[in-house]
Amino acid sequence: MSGLALVGHQFRYDQKAFWRNPASVFFTVMFPVILFLILAVVFSGEDVDVRGGIDATTYYVPAIMSLAIISATMQTLAMTLVIAREDGRLKRGRGTPMPPWVFIAGRVGNSIVVALMMLVLLAAIGALFGADVPWDRLPAILITLVIGAAAFCCLGIALTAVIPSQDAAAAIVNALLLPLYFLSGVFIPEDQLPDGVIAFADLFPVRHFFDAFFDAYVPAGGSAVSWDNLAIVALWGIAGLLLAIRYFRWTPRSG
Amino acid sequence: MPDPVISIKGLRKSYGETEAVRGIDLEVNRGEVFAFLGPNGAGKTTTVEILEGYRKRSGGEVTVLGEDPERAGREWRERIGIVLQSGRLDPYLTVRESIDLYAGYFRAPRPSEEVIALVGLESKADERTGRLSGGQQRRLDVGMALVGDPELLFLDEPTTGFDPSARRQAWDVIAGLRDLGKTVFLTTHYMDEAQRLADRVTIIAAGQIVAQGTPEDLGERDAGETTIRYRSQGREVVLQTATPVQTLHELTAAALAKDEELEGLEVTRPTLEDVYLELTADSELPTEGRRFS
Repeated sequence: MSGLALVGHQFRYDQKAFWRNPASVFFTVMFPVILFLILAVVFSGEDVDVRGGIDATTYYVPAIMSLAIISATMQTLAMTLVIAREDGRLKRGRGTPMPPWVFIAGRVGNSIVVALMMLVLLAAIGALFGADVPWDRLPAILITLVIGAAAFCCLGIALTAVIPSQDAAAAIVNALLLPLYFLSGVFIPEDQLPDGVIAFADLFPVRHFFDAFFDAYVPAGGSAVSWDNLAIVALWGIAGLLLAIRYFRWTPRSG
Repeated sequence: MPDPVISIKGLRKSYGETEAVRGIDLEVNRGEVFAFLGPNGAGKTTTVEILEGYRKRSGGEVTVLGEDPERAGREWRERIGIVLQSGRLDPYLTVRESIDLYAGYFRAPRPSEEVIALVGLESKADERTGRLSGGQQRRLDVGMALVGDPELLFLDEPTTGFDPSARRQAWDVIAGLRDLGKTVFLTTHYMDEAQRLADRVTIIAAGQIVAQGTPEDLGERDAGETTIRYRSQGREVVLQTATPVQTLHELTAAALAKDEELEGLEVTRPTLEDVYLELTADSELPTEGRRFS
């Protein structure tokens, strides 16, 4: 098989394994949906004082989409790669003629497809709650999604280097991401957060990605593609890529 | 004319201060099942991982299928199969899917159905690997290493932790590989496994080779004394003799003359296990390696 056909081959099996794994289906697919439904119901009818005032549902659609995209990419990759590494599956794969990059490409492809699927799913559910789908902004949304997804994939692969075991994976990933979701205005609308909090969150890529995604998705926002935010997200991604190239391991850390 | 598939000269490997492999030489010929036998911590896995291209050596020469494993590429990997010492499978794929996935990695894979039959998993082909027993998972492991139809197969402790029936099944699979003409490099710390499967055995202890030979003549087992054991009038009698035929003849002649039975008569040569224990006993092993001493 050629390189690209091989990636397609790997991707097919990664998809099968993803959808059959109850943990990945719950945390990556169900959790963002449940979270959105809860927030949409609890805050229905309220306005958020952002961009001249928008309703809470309209706010939470891009917010939970950002979370879902980060979950499908960074979180899923960090968790599944550590599990595969500690199972010895990465090492076994390296003993075959398959080029190593194919394995990573298959997983990244899987993450990006799941991220796109979450975009569609959450847009549809959001529409049921009255948040219009901004069709005219589709190019900007896709550009933002792809740049963000690629960057968070790199960060997820880099993160595996500091995760010593399968048991530590969920703890480390959540300890990093959950606080950042709170501080970045994903769970609590940013008009209710003190100024200092957002300034602190601005040090990290989650906030910038959310900001960019918000700009792309909510018509009341400024320019459709928030290049300055995306540039910072991309820089984080490049840093992650360099760290991943330097520190990624194919062999189990334990045993 | 022997046709070496693996050739090692003066192989050394150090981890910091510790020397795990201390200058070993060996050759493995095409079509043989070669057992690399030794206690835990003797340097078996280090050696096999150097042969597989997973580790860099500290010194010596290594050729596997005509290439240096440290520099060998994709073409070389088409020709080898590896079963790692420990490794789990993707629990969410079925047996057939796991084989098909690996088949895609090779240019000319063996048909999946054939591989599944070879490792005796036909009835489990559509079962997810997470639901297989340990022995079945290990057989699938072997199957995944056979998908590329390799010339040379590495098996690193393929039956460690198995119950007796699972071991028998794994042994049948490995014995079948010889019939396919594969060269097999098997590491094990079970003497009976080496004895049962291997054409040639090399014993390693504390990073050095302490004996080489066929399972039959290893450690000059033939030249050792034979033990004759029986009970006479309730007393256990044990004799060591270098001339068992003559001694037995005298014993049985005397017993016949007295119309007596030699109860529980047993004639034994030193087992491979005896030889193995003797050879590895005085090696300086870390405590966890002293499994057999």
